[in-house]
Amino acid sequence: MNLSLKPATAEGETLVDLATTPLRELNGALHKLAPDTNQTLWKIAHPAGRHAIAAGLDVPVTIEIDGPVGYYCAGMNKQARVIVHGNAGVGVAENMMSGFVHVKGDASQAAGATAHGGLLIIDGNASARCGISMKGIDIVVKGSVGHMSAFMAQAGTLTVLGDAGEALGDSLYEAKLFVRGSVSSLGADCIEKEMREEHKALLAEKLKAAGILGEVDIAEFRRYGSARTLYHFHVDNVSSY
Amino acid sequence: MTDHSNTPRTTPRASATFDDYTLSEIRRAAATGIYDIRGGGAKRKVPHFDDLLFLGASMSRYPLEGYREKCSTEVVLGTRFAKKPIELKIPITIAGMSFGSLSANAKEALGRGASAMGTSTTTGDGGMTNEERGHSTQLVYQYLPSRYGMNPDDLKRADAIEVVVGQGAKPGGGGMLLGQKITERVAAMRTLPVGIDQRSACRHPDWTGPDDLEIKIEELREITDWEKPIYVKVGAARPYYDTALAVKSGADVVVVDGMQGGTAATQEIFIEHVGIPTLAAVRQAVKALQDLGMHRKVQLVVSGGIRNGADVAKALALGADAVAIGTAALVALGDNDPHYAAEYAALGTRAGAYDDWHEGRDPAGITTQDPELMKRLDPVAAGRRLANYLAVLTLECQTIARACGKSHVHNLEPEDLVALTIEAAAMANVPLAGTDWIPGRNGGF
Repeated sequence: MNLSLKPATAEGETLVDLATTPLRELNGALHKLAPDTNQTLWKIAHPAGRHAIAAGLDVPVTIEIDGPVGYYCAGMNKQARVIVHGNAGVGVAENMMSGFVHVKGDASQAAGATAHGGLLIIDGNASARCGISMKGIDIVVKGSVGHMSAFMAQAGTLTVLGDAGEALGDSLYEAKLFVRGSVSSLGADCIEKEMREEHKALLAEKLKAAGILGEVDIAEFRRYGSARTLYHFHVDNVSSY
Repeated sequence: MTDHSNTPRTTPRASATFDDYTLSEIRRAAATGIYDIRGGGAKRKVPHFDDLLFLGASMSRYPLEGYREKCSTEVVLGTRFAKKPIELKIPITIAGMSFGSLSANAKEALGRGASAMGTSTTTGDGGMTNEERGHSTQLVYQYLPSRYGMNPDDLKRADAIEVVVGQGAKPGGGGMLLGQKITERVAAMRTLPVGIDQRSACRHPDWTGPDDLEIKIEELREITDWEKPIYVKVGAARPYYDTALAVKSGADVVVVDGMQGGTAATQEIFIEHVGIPTLAAVRQAVKALQDLGMHRKVQLVVSGGIRNGADVAKALALGADAVAIGTAALVALGDNDPHYAAEYAALGTRAGAYDDWHEGRDPAGITTQDPELMKRLDPVAAGRRLANYLAVLTLECQTIARACGKSHVHNLEPEDLVALTIEAAAMANVPLAGTDWIPGRNGGF
């Protein structure tokens, strides 16, 4: 491997200092990893808000990033586990297909946007449009989410332990939303729905995946989903558009 | 009582303002309460390439022999940053059209026809199908606000990526695919329930503005290891600034789509009243590239109303590197063919005017997901028709280029052109025929 990386400090562990290693070199090396690589743990130092760190991965390795990341960290991720020990910029885990992304701090706008699969956990708050156009991802936000979260969300789950901002779930399709705290307002065609046993089981499953099952009371959550009144355009609904 | 029976009467006169079409639209709106939706591009007459003429060779310039001297047509797109630029044999590409709006057979036919002529085709809102990837030797993968079907595997198997900011038929508008065309396959590709009206977002979900776009393009390059050319497509609205900002954002290629460019479905009022004609957009886009010192370094693709080799030649002469065709390609496949005249009549329209593509009842089997109608389009035969048509466009363009003394179609230049109207002269920045007058020459752009 032609990389200016430090030697592995332990079996399967690779250290990369982005203060001295170009991002292209890091991402290029990650893209070349074989599925059965023994370089299964990558530790990234000095990310300094760099954009597109660990974007486009398709290999079952763990990336630990020691500090804040910029836009699109772990964008389009497949298989990889990406852990950010800091805050994340716009579009963390955008269009993720599978795998796991864990932001230990706060996340900016459009976290998990358009993502098809995998699990995104945000320990802090997520800004506006969290889960916008999500297509199957599971997102767990331990803090609160900003306005227009789950806008046009198509599939997957958004679980918020804190509060949700204005226009939650506007123009929602089939994504399922669980919010423990307050909701400033619901967007067009988003309504509160009954929390039946199957929904409690689904929520428990997501909380378990996030490692916090038992730490919060499922009974405190309320469920929101699509009223499906805007699925076919009708002039009588024109005030909703 | 006065007898008026012998008084001369004026002939009935329709209003130019309230013409038959306008009256019919008012009645339709009153009956339904919803705006008219249709496919295609602007139907109104606007200044276009027809308003330009080539001067040809004369005493001061000599032509090339039509059948003996070479006039090259190849074009390379994506030379700025991409490790693997697209090399096309002809400067005519197929514009983005989605599976969903078009049938699988139509997409396959587009791939077959384009590939036979050594050019590219483009996906659309709804993702990449195996049919079009398999039959397109060079495939451009559109990156749209909806991100329907977007995934890194298709991104990596594409030959180029086109970030769609807008399109000429509806700058500022999102996509629309009505429930009739959301079949199980289309719905699965878009992660949507079957049969619902699908309305795509008009803005990208995770970036806004050129500064963000620059970061988004960097991400796409990182994901694809800087191999793929990245296009930025804009609807013609403010082409000088949009082109400059696309260059600033890191685009390899800028695609400018004029208001004659088609859409699968949007509001009639949007198509006809938002955006500017292709002719008005080309020179502004070229000027932006020239002002930045990026002309021919960032390639320019122009689309919207390209119909024949003269249109191609004129776009190139004004400074484009290539053109893209959509509506014309569909017609070459068989769209609006008089062969189905009776069926068009049964739909309340006629061959040549059919534009209710969103309803999915296309007798030609192109703009439909109906399994029976789809069967009517033989992708092999339709692909051959498209290849023939592309060959004719190329030959026509070469004919004009040789007549102007050019050994490559890219050597055509504004100096070869004059305009028939003051409007076209001002828009294209070429002299009014028979004069040296370019209206507005010192008026900006």
